[in-house]
Amino acid sequence: MAAGSTYTPIATTTLGSAASSYTFTSIPSTYTDLVLIVSGSNAGSAAPLMQVGNGSVDTGTNYSMTVLRGTGSAANSFNNPGDTWFNTFMTSGTGEIYTVTANFQNYSNTTTKKTALFRAGAAGGNVIAEVGIWNNTAAINQIKVLLSGVNFNAGTTFTLYGIAAA
Amino acid sequence: MIGCITAGLFSAGVAASTNAYESIATVSVGLGGSAGAVFTSIPSTYKHLQVRILARSSRADQNEQIGIQFNSDTGNNYGSHGLWGDGSGATAAQLNYPASAITLPWIAGNSNGSNVFGVSVVDILDYTSTNKYKTVRGLSGYDNNGNGQAALGSGLWSNTSAVSALTVKPYYGLLWNQYSVIALYGIKG
Repeated sequence: MAAGSTYTPIATTTLGSAASSYTFTSIPSTYTDLVLIVSGSNAGSAAPLMQVGNGSVDTGTNYSMTVLRGTGSAANSFNNPGDTWFNTFMTSGTGEIYTVTANFQNYSNTTTKKTALFRAGAAGGNVIAEVGIWNNTAAINQIKVLLSGVNFNAGTTFTLYGIAAA
Repeated sequence: MIGCITAGLFSAGVAASTNAYESIATVSVGLGGSAGAVFTSIPSTYKHLQVRILARSSRADQNEQIGIQFNSDTGNNYGSHGLWGDGSGATAAQLNYPASAITLPWIAGNSNGSNVFGVSVVDILDYTSTNKYKTVRGLSGYDNNGNGQAALGSGLWSNTSAVSALTVKPYYGLLWNQYSVIALYGIKG
Protein backbone atom coordinates (compact mmCIF):
# COMPACT_ATOMS: atom_id res chain seq x y z
CA MET A 1 0.00 0.00 0.00
CA ALA A 2 1.16 3.49 -0.75
CA ALA A 3 1.51 5.92 2.10
CA GLY A 4 1.97 9.64 2.05
CA SER A 5 1.78 12.43 4.56
CA THR A 6 -1.22 14.68 4.13
CA TYR A 7 -3.82 16.81 6.00
CA THR A 8 -1.81 19.78 4.91
CA PRO A 9 -2.49 23.33 6.09
CA ILE A 10 -3.31 25.41 3.01
CA ALA A 11 -3.95 28.72 4.74
CA THR A 12 -4.88 30.08 8.12
CA THR A 13 -5.96 33.53 9.22
CA THR A 14 -6.68 35.18 12.55
CA LEU A 15 -8.76 38.30 12.36
CA GLY A 16 -6.94 41.35 13.69
CA SER A 17 -10.17 43.30 13.75
CA ALA A 18 -13.83 42.59 13.21
CA ALA A 19 -14.86 41.55 9.72
CA SER A 20 -18.02 40.33 8.04
CA SER A 21 -16.40 37.65 5.88
CA TYR A 22 -13.28 35.84 4.86
CA THR A 23 -12.69 34.21 1.46
CA PHE A 24 -10.24 31.52 0.47
CA THR A 25 -9.45 31.91 -3.22
CA SER A 26 -7.24 30.04 -5.67
CA ILE A 27 -7.61 26.84 -3.67
CA PRO A 28 -5.34 24.30 -5.36
CA SER A 29 -6.98 21.27 -6.95
CA THR A 30 -4.23 18.93 -5.82
CA TYR A 31 -6.07 17.52 -2.81
CA THR A 32 -8.97 15.10 -2.53
CA ASP A 33 -10.88 16.66 0.37
CA LEU A 34 -10.88 20.01 2.12
CA VAL A 35 -11.43 20.63 5.81
CA LEU A 36 -12.29 24.14 6.94
CA ILE A 37 -12.29 25.06 10.62
CA VAL A 38 -13.73 28.28 11.99
CA SER A 39 -13.14 29.07 15.63
CA GLY A 40 -14.30 32.34 17.03
CA SER A 41 -17.20 34.52 18.01
CA ASN A 42 -19.65 37.04 16.61
CA ALA A 43 -20.92 40.45 17.48
CA GLY A 44 -24.36 38.81 17.53
CA SER A 45 -26.00 35.42 17.45
CA ALA A 46 -26.00 34.97 13.67
CA ALA A 47 -25.03 31.57 12.28
CA PRO A 48 -21.88 31.30 10.15
CA LEU A 49 -22.60 30.85 6.45
CA MET A 50 -20.51 29.53 3.58
CA GLN A 51 -20.55 29.99 -0.17
CA VAL A 52 -18.43 28.08 -2.65
CA GLY A 53 -17.64 28.39 -6.31
CA ASN A 54 -15.22 28.20 -9.17
CA GLY A 55 -13.68 31.53 -10.12
CA SER A 56 -16.15 33.32 -7.86
CA VAL A 57 -18.48 32.17 -5.13
CA ASP A 58 -21.98 31.20 -6.17
CA THR A 59 -24.60 33.54 -4.68
CA GLY A 60 -27.55 31.88 -6.40
CA THR A 61 -30.19 29.67 -4.79
CA ASN A 62 -28.14 26.56 -5.40
CA TYR A 63 -27.54 25.31 -1.88
CA SER A 64 -29.57 22.79 0.08
CA MET A 65 -29.10 21.39 3.56
CA THR A 66 -30.39 18.69 5.88
CA VAL A 67 -29.85 19.58 9.50
CA LEU A 68 -29.82 17.66 12.79
CA ARG A 69 -29.88 20.14 15.65
CA GLY A 70 -29.77 19.95 19.40
CA THR A 71 -30.99 23.10 21.09
CA GLY A 72 -30.17 22.24 24.68
CA SER A 73 -33.70 21.14 25.37
CA ALA A 74 -34.69 19.14 22.27
CA ALA A 75 -33.40 17.54 19.08
CA ASN A 76 -34.94 18.36 15.75
CA SER A 77 -34.28 18.13 12.04
CA PHE A 78 -35.22 20.16 9.02
CA ASN A 79 -34.43 20.64 5.35
CA ASN A 80 -33.41 23.95 3.85
CA PRO A 81 -33.42 23.76 0.05
CA GLY A 82 -32.94 26.64 -2.37
CA ASP A 83 -30.77 28.79 -0.17
CA THR A 84 -28.06 31.19 -1.32
CA TRP A 85 -25.45 29.68 1.00
CA PHE A 86 -24.67 26.80 3.30
CA ASN A 87 -26.26 27.93 6.54
CA THR A 88 -24.78 26.20 9.58
CA PHE A 89 -27.80 27.15 11.71
CA MET A 90 -25.42 27.28 14.64
CA THR A 91 -26.50 30.18 16.81
CA SER A 92 -24.44 31.31 19.76
CA GLY A 93 -24.59 33.94 22.43
CA THR A 94 -23.06 37.31 21.59
CA GLY A 95 -19.32 36.93 21.99
CA GLU A 96 -19.57 33.23 22.81
CA ILE A 97 -16.80 31.09 21.33
CA TYR A 98 -17.93 28.44 18.83
CA THR A 99 -16.39 26.07 16.34
CA VAL A 100 -17.49 25.05 12.87
CA THR A 101 -15.87 22.21 10.94
CA ALA A 102 -16.72 21.69 7.28
CA ASN A 103 -15.61 18.73 5.17
CA PHE A 104 -15.80 19.21 1.41
CA GLN A 105 -15.37 15.73 -0.07
CA ASN A 106 -13.85 15.30 -3.51
CA TYR A 107 -14.14 19.02 -4.07
CA SER A 108 -12.27 19.11 -7.36
CA ASN A 109 -14.07 16.42 -9.33
CA THR A 110 -16.30 17.67 -12.13
CA THR A 111 -18.78 14.80 -12.11
CA THR A 112 -20.71 14.89 -8.86
CA LYS A 113 -22.57 17.70 -7.20
CA LYS A 114 -20.53 18.78 -4.22
CA THR A 115 -21.66 17.53 -0.83
CA ALA A 116 -20.25 18.75 2.46
CA LEU A 117 -20.47 17.65 6.08
CA PHE A 118 -20.71 20.23 8.84
CA ARG A 119 -20.30 20.00 12.60
CA ALA A 120 -20.83 23.10 14.67
CA GLY A 121 -21.45 23.96 18.25
CA ALA A 122 -21.49 26.58 20.96
CA ALA A 123 -21.92 25.65 24.60
CA GLY A 124 -24.69 28.17 25.10
CA GLY A 125 -26.26 27.74 21.69
CA ASN A 126 -26.87 24.83 19.38
CA VAL A 127 -25.03 21.68 18.44
CA ILE A 128 -25.30 20.87 14.74
CA ALA A 129 -24.66 17.93 12.43
CA GLU A 130 -25.47 18.85 8.87
CA VAL A 131 -25.13 17.76 5.27
CA GLY A 132 -25.28 20.25 2.45
CA ILE A 133 -25.19 20.07 -1.31
CA TRP A 134 -24.07 22.65 -3.80
CA ASN A 135 -26.01 21.95 -6.97
CA ASN A 136 -23.10 22.29 -9.30
CA THR A 137 -20.59 19.78 -10.61
CA ALA A 138 -17.81 22.34 -11.00
CA ALA A 139 -14.64 22.01 -8.99
CA ILE A 140 -14.52 24.23 -5.93
CA ASN A 141 -11.66 26.70 -5.79
CA GLN A 142 -13.20 29.40 -3.62
CA ILE A 143 -14.88 29.26 -0.22
CA LYS A 144 -16.32 32.29 1.51
CA VAL A 145 -17.25 32.29 5.19
CA LEU A 146 -19.61 35.07 6.15
CA LEU A 147 -22.21 36.36 8.54
CA SER A 148 -25.45 38.11 7.81
CA GLY A 149 -25.78 41.50 9.44
CA VAL A 150 -23.00 41.22 12.00
CA ASN A 151 -19.23 40.78 12.08
CA PHE A 152 -16.88 38.07 13.20
CA ASN A 153 -15.02 39.36 16.23
CA ALA A 154 -11.27 39.96 16.18
CA GLY A 155 -9.42 36.78 17.06
CA THR A 156 -11.70 34.53 15.00
CA THR A 157 -9.61 32.02 13.05
CA PHE A 158 -10.22 30.44 9.64
CA THR A 159 -8.04 27.47 8.72
CA LEU A 160 -8.20 25.44 5.54
CA TYR A 161 -6.58 22.01 5.21
CA GLY A 162 -6.12 19.78 2.20
CA ILE A 163 -6.25 15.98 2.36
CA ALA A 164 -4.77 14.05 -0.54
CA ALA A 165 -5.72 10.43 -1.10
CA ALA A 166 -3.10 7.94 -2.25
CA MET B 1 -3.63 30.81 -2.39
CA ILE B 2 -5.10 34.18 -1.57
CA GLY B 3 -7.24 35.17 1.35
CA CYS B 4 -9.69 38.04 1.07
CA ILE B 5 -11.21 39.80 3.99
CA THR B 6 -14.04 42.26 4.23
CA ALA B 7 -13.81 45.23 6.56
CA GLY B 8 -11.02 44.01 8.77
CA LEU B 9 -7.34 43.36 9.23
CA PHE B 10 -5.81 39.94 9.35
CA SER B 11 -2.59 38.12 9.79
CA ALA B 12 -1.93 35.26 7.40
CA GLY B 13 0.30 32.25 7.68
CA VAL B 14 0.48 28.53 7.25
CA ALA B 15 0.84 26.19 10.20
CA ALA B 16 3.63 23.64 10.23
CA SER B 17 2.67 20.16 9.10
CA THR B 18 3.01 17.48 11.76
CA ASN B 19 3.07 14.56 9.32
CA ALA B 20 0.73 12.72 11.68
CA TYR B 21 -1.93 11.94 9.06
CA GLU B 22 -1.09 9.72 6.11
CA SER B 23 -2.91 8.38 3.13
CA ILE B 24 -2.81 4.57 3.08
CA ALA B 25 -4.90 3.59 0.05
CA THR B 26 -7.88 4.69 -2.02
CA VAL B 27 -10.54 2.90 -4.03
CA SER B 28 -12.09 4.90 -6.86
CA VAL B 29 -15.06 3.05 -8.33
CA GLY B 30 -15.13 2.79 -12.07
CA LEU B 31 -17.70 1.92 -14.69
CA GLY B 32 -19.83 -1.02 -13.59
CA GLY B 33 -19.55 -0.28 -9.89
CA SER B 34 -17.93 -2.13 -7.03
CA ALA B 35 -19.32 -4.52 -4.42
CA GLY B 36 -17.07 -2.94 -1.84
CA ALA B 37 -13.76 -1.34 -1.10
CA VAL B 38 -11.38 -3.87 0.41
CA PHE B 39 -8.23 -2.75 2.19
CA THR B 40 -5.83 -5.49 3.21
CA SER B 41 -2.42 -5.55 4.88
CA ILE B 42 -3.21 -2.35 6.75
CA PRO B 43 -0.02 -1.28 8.54
CA SER B 44 -0.09 -1.47 12.33
CA THR B 45 2.05 1.64 12.65
CA TYR B 46 -0.79 4.09 13.28
CA LYS B 47 -2.93 4.77 16.34
CA HIS B 48 -6.22 5.35 14.56
CA LEU B 49 -7.68 4.95 11.09
CA GLN B 50 -10.02 7.27 9.22
CA VAL B 51 -12.13 6.42 6.19
CA ARG B 52 -13.38 9.28 4.06
CA ILE B 53 -16.20 8.38 1.71
CA LEU B 54 -18.01 9.89 -1.25
CA ALA B 55 -20.51 7.29 -2.41
CA ARG B 56 -23.83 6.35 -3.89
CA SER B 57 -25.10 2.79 -3.92
CA SER B 58 -27.14 0.82 -6.42
CA ARG B 59 -30.00 0.35 -3.93
CA ALA B 60 -33.33 1.49 -5.37
CA ASP B 61 -33.99 3.73 -2.40
CA GLN B 62 -32.84 7.11 -1.23
CA ASN B 63 -31.18 5.64 1.85
CA GLU B 64 -28.21 3.31 2.13
CA GLN B 65 -26.20 2.22 5.15
CA ILE B 66 -22.44 1.95 5.14
CA GLY B 67 -21.41 -1.63 5.89
CA ILE B 68 -18.04 -2.12 7.55
CA GLN B 69 -16.36 -5.47 8.18
CA PHE B 70 -13.01 -6.17 9.77
CA ASN B 71 -10.50 -8.90 8.95
CA SER B 72 -12.96 -10.54 6.51
CA ASP B 73 -15.27 -11.48 9.40
CA THR B 74 -18.74 -11.97 7.90
CA GLY B 75 -20.28 -13.46 11.04
CA ASN B 76 -22.98 -11.77 13.10
CA ASN B 77 -20.43 -10.08 15.32
CA TYR B 78 -21.30 -6.45 14.76
CA GLY B 79 -23.68 -3.91 16.26
CA SER B 80 -24.55 -0.31 15.47
CA HIS B 81 -26.46 2.69 16.77
CA GLY B 82 -27.44 5.89 15.06
CA LEU B 83 -28.80 9.37 15.70
CA TRP B 84 -30.06 11.11 12.61
CA GLY B 85 -32.26 13.80 11.19
CA ASP B 86 -34.28 13.24 8.04
CA GLY B 87 -35.59 16.76 7.71
CA SER B 88 -38.79 16.09 9.65
CA GLY B 89 -37.51 14.81 12.96
CA ALA B 90 -34.63 13.41 14.95
CA THR B 91 -34.41 9.65 15.47
CA ALA B 92 -32.16 7.49 17.62
CA ALA B 93 -32.12 3.74 17.13
CA GLN B 94 -30.18 0.53 17.34
CA LEU B 95 -29.47 -0.76 13.85
CA ASN B 96 -29.19 -4.36 12.71
CA TYR B 97 -28.02 -6.14 15.86
CA PRO B 98 -26.43 -8.61 15.63
CA ALA B 99 -25.40 -8.13 12.06
CA SER B 100 -22.77 -9.28 9.60
CA ALA B 101 -21.33 -5.76 9.45
CA ILE B 102 -21.32 -2.45 11.24
CA THR B 103 -24.09 -0.46 9.58
CA LEU B 104 -23.63 3.28 9.79
CA PRO B 105 -26.50 5.57 8.79
CA TRP B 106 -26.89 7.10 6.09
CA ILE B 107 -25.45 7.56 2.65
CA ALA B 108 -27.07 8.03 -0.74
CA GLY B 109 -28.93 5.28 -2.53
CA ASN B 110 -29.78 5.26 -6.21
CA SER B 111 -33.19 6.97 -5.97
CA ASN B 112 -31.73 10.40 -5.40
CA GLY B 113 -31.32 13.02 -8.09
CA SER B 114 -28.62 12.69 -10.68
CA ASN B 115 -25.09 13.35 -9.48
CA VAL B 116 -26.21 13.39 -5.83
CA PHE B 117 -23.74 11.45 -3.70
CA GLY B 118 -23.48 10.95 0.02
CA VAL B 119 -20.46 11.59 2.17
CA SER B 120 -19.05 10.17 5.37
CA VAL B 121 -16.08 10.43 7.68
CA VAL B 122 -15.53 7.30 9.78
CA ASP B 123 -13.01 7.00 12.61
CA ILE B 124 -11.72 3.59 13.71
CA LEU B 125 -10.09 4.13 17.07
CA ASP B 126 -7.15 2.20 18.53
CA TYR B 127 -7.44 -0.41 15.79
CA THR B 128 -4.31 -2.35 16.77
CA SER B 129 -5.35 -2.97 20.37
CA THR B 130 -5.76 -6.63 21.33
CA ASN B 131 -7.44 -5.85 24.66
CA LYS B 132 -10.79 -4.42 23.63
CA TYR B 133 -13.55 -4.72 21.11
CA LYS B 134 -13.23 -2.30 18.22
CA THR B 135 -15.54 0.69 17.98
CA VAL B 136 -16.06 3.18 15.22
CA ARG B 137 -17.90 6.46 14.85
CA GLY B 138 -19.18 8.16 11.74
CA LEU B 139 -20.62 11.44 10.53
CA SER B 140 -22.52 10.81 7.35
CA GLY B 141 -25.34 11.88 5.12
CA TYR B 142 -26.62 13.25 1.87
CA ASP B 143 -28.86 16.04 0.73
CA ASN B 144 -31.29 15.72 -2.16
CA ASN B 145 -32.74 19.22 -2.35
CA GLY B 146 -35.63 19.11 0.07
CA ASN B 147 -34.94 15.76 1.64
CA GLY B 148 -31.92 13.96 2.95
CA GLN B 149 -30.24 12.60 6.05
CA ALA B 150 -27.69 13.95 8.50
CA ALA B 151 -26.46 11.19 10.77
CA LEU B 152 -24.15 10.29 13.60
CA GLY B 153 -23.38 6.60 13.91
CA SER B 154 -21.40 4.26 16.11
CA GLY B 155 -20.49 0.64 15.62
CA LEU B 156 -18.98 -2.30 17.45
CA TRP B 157 -17.01 -5.33 16.30
CA SER B 158 -17.13 -7.88 19.11
CA ASN B 159 -13.58 -9.02 18.63
CA THR B 160 -10.33 -8.01 20.31
CA SER B 161 -8.11 -8.80 17.33
CA ALA B 162 -6.05 -6.06 15.79
CA VAL B 163 -7.57 -4.79 12.56
CA SER B 164 -5.48 -5.61 9.52
CA ALA B 165 -8.17 -5.65 6.84
CA LEU B 166 -11.22 -3.52 6.21
CA THR B 167 -14.18 -3.80 3.88
CA VAL B 168 -16.47 -0.84 3.20
CA LYS B 169 -19.56 -1.85 1.27
CA PRO B 170 -23.18 -0.87 0.76
CA TYR B 171 -25.13 -2.82 3.37
CA TYR B 172 -28.34 -3.16 1.35
CA GLY B 173 -27.32 -2.44 -2.20
CA LEU B 174 -25.20 -4.64 -4.38
CA LEU B 175 -22.72 -2.05 -5.57
CA TRP B 176 -21.12 1.30 -4.98
CA ASN B 177 -21.85 3.29 -8.12
CA GLN B 178 -19.25 4.71 -10.47
CA TYR B 179 -17.48 7.82 -9.17
CA SER B 180 -17.69 6.65 -5.55
CA VAL B 181 -14.41 7.14 -3.70
CA ILE B 182 -13.40 5.39 -0.46
CA ALA B 183 -10.08 6.53 1.00
CA LEU B 184 -8.25 5.08 4.01
CA TYR B 185 -5.94 7.19 6.17
CA GLY B 186 -3.74 6.48 9.17
CA ILE B 187 -3.35 8.81 12.14
CA LYS B 188 -0.23 8.49 14.26
CA GLY B 189 -0.37 8.45 18.05
